[in-house]
Amino acid sequence: MELSVMLSILLKGMWISVNIFTLTLLFSLPLGLIVAFGRMSGNFVLRNIVKIYISIMRGTPLVLQLMVVYFGPYFIFGMELSSNYRYTAVIIGFVINYAAYFAEIYRGGIESIPVGQYEAAKILGYSKTQTFMKIILPQVIKRILPAVTNEIITLIKDTSLAYVISIPEMFSEAKAIASSQKSVMPYVAAGVFYYIFNYIVATTMEWIEKKFSYYKIS
Amino acid sequence: MNILEIKNLRKSFDTDTEVIRNISLEVQEGKVVGIIGPSGSGKSTLLRCATMLETIDSGEIIYMGEHAVKTDPDGKVIYAPASQLKKIQGIFGLVFQNFNLFPHYSVIKNITDPLITVQKKSKDEAFEIARKLLDKMGLSDKEAAYPCQLSGGQQQRVSIARALALNPKILFFDEPTSALDPELTGEILNVIRNLAAEHMTMVIVTHEMSFARDVADHIIFMDDGVIVEQGSPEEVINNPKNERTIAFLSRFER
Repeated sequence: MELSVMLSILLKGMWISVNIFTLTLLFSLPLGLIVAFGRMSGNFVLRNIVKIYISIMRGTPLVLQLMVVYFGPYFIFGMELSSNYRYTAVIIGFVINYAAYFAEIYRGGIESIPVGQYEAAKILGYSKTQTFMKIILPQVIKRILPAVTNEIITLIKDTSLAYVISIPEMFSEAKAIASSQKSVMPYVAAGVFYYIFNYIVATTMEWIEKKFSYYKIS
Repeated sequence: MNILEIKNLRKSFDTDTEVIRNISLEVQEGKVVGIIGPSGSGKSTLLRCATMLETIDSGEIIYMGEHAVKTDPDGKVIYAPASQLKKIQGIFGLVFQNFNLFPHYSVIKNITDPLITVQKKSKDEAFEIARKLLDKMGLSDKEAAYPCQLSGGQQQRVSIARALALNPKILFFDEPTSALDPELTGEILNVIRNLAAEHMTMVIVTHEMSFARDVADHIIFMDDGVIVEQGSPEEVINNPKNERTIAFLSRFER
């Protein structure tokens, strides 16, 4: 196989990896905030349901979760789903897993904001929503950026786990070419692509962190 | 006219320790009330109850004749409805010991944002009010700075400006100099002295005895959740009668 052919197959796979990555972030970042609110809720039942959800998401392998989301509807409920469902399944699997991790990061960030910030806002007459959106959330985002960057970098590498439900993302393609061509080159090339992808994302996150460095949180 | 009236206020944390035990007081318009007393005597809790940062166990809090909270005959505490509380909230301001400025906002935005967000003032009007107050606080050159770039004294002056911008009828100070280095307390005390000269109604919890004596019209000495002695500074600080007041004041150089 020519190098250019191999690279174009890998790049097609990478496009799918990028899509999984983007869609996962798009849904899991906001969902994580909602989950964090549930986790901090004053309602005992809600709080504990969310706690169990987070515990399962963090306590079992993501690979296994992807398989349950993909095969579950058929084996548990006997639902016949088209093979295109695998794309939906991979996004659902990643989103519910990452939302759990993001929720815990948000919670840590929210709980680290001094109570005095809430009190000052209350005395000045801000409503609860205004206080959260204008005073608390911006400070939370600054605090959690390093931890979020960590998760995002992990996510890039985790997209390769989609191979277990036969999503033709970059790692699946590399594996397929490697076994048919009996060569390690596809793995090397995929590794380089993952690294470049990561490098771009890490640099972007560093730039965003710098944007937030104009003030210090006391 | 009484700006603030507190009647038979009680507050406990947990169930057994009562921090405020039946306190009543009045603050008349244009007067400065100084609250002194040892740590743990309930001074700050009293301010936090009056500003509704803490809920009370029983009693009444009345701002300009309107009940913020009252207690019915069977001991049930009733707060005014939200819309009325919001109106009452606008009557008072509070300056915190730790300033509690918003670190992500510049100095001027700390002052203008509540005006725009809460009082729905126009941007121009808000900036005009803020610039006037910063000028009064001697911080005109700091409007673009962020709180982390200021000294403690400057931060506290910004927080006083932020409170004044909303034009409160009464301003509470919760140990406004306790978090400051000794050489910075003077600038804050001067700001408060100037406000007193303008007849701003104020309630000041402080450990600065000579300042309290100079600035206050009325001194309240609290210990163990009760008002032990009150009266003019002359009476309470210079000629205390109660032995607890005498013991407390003897620890300060006068």
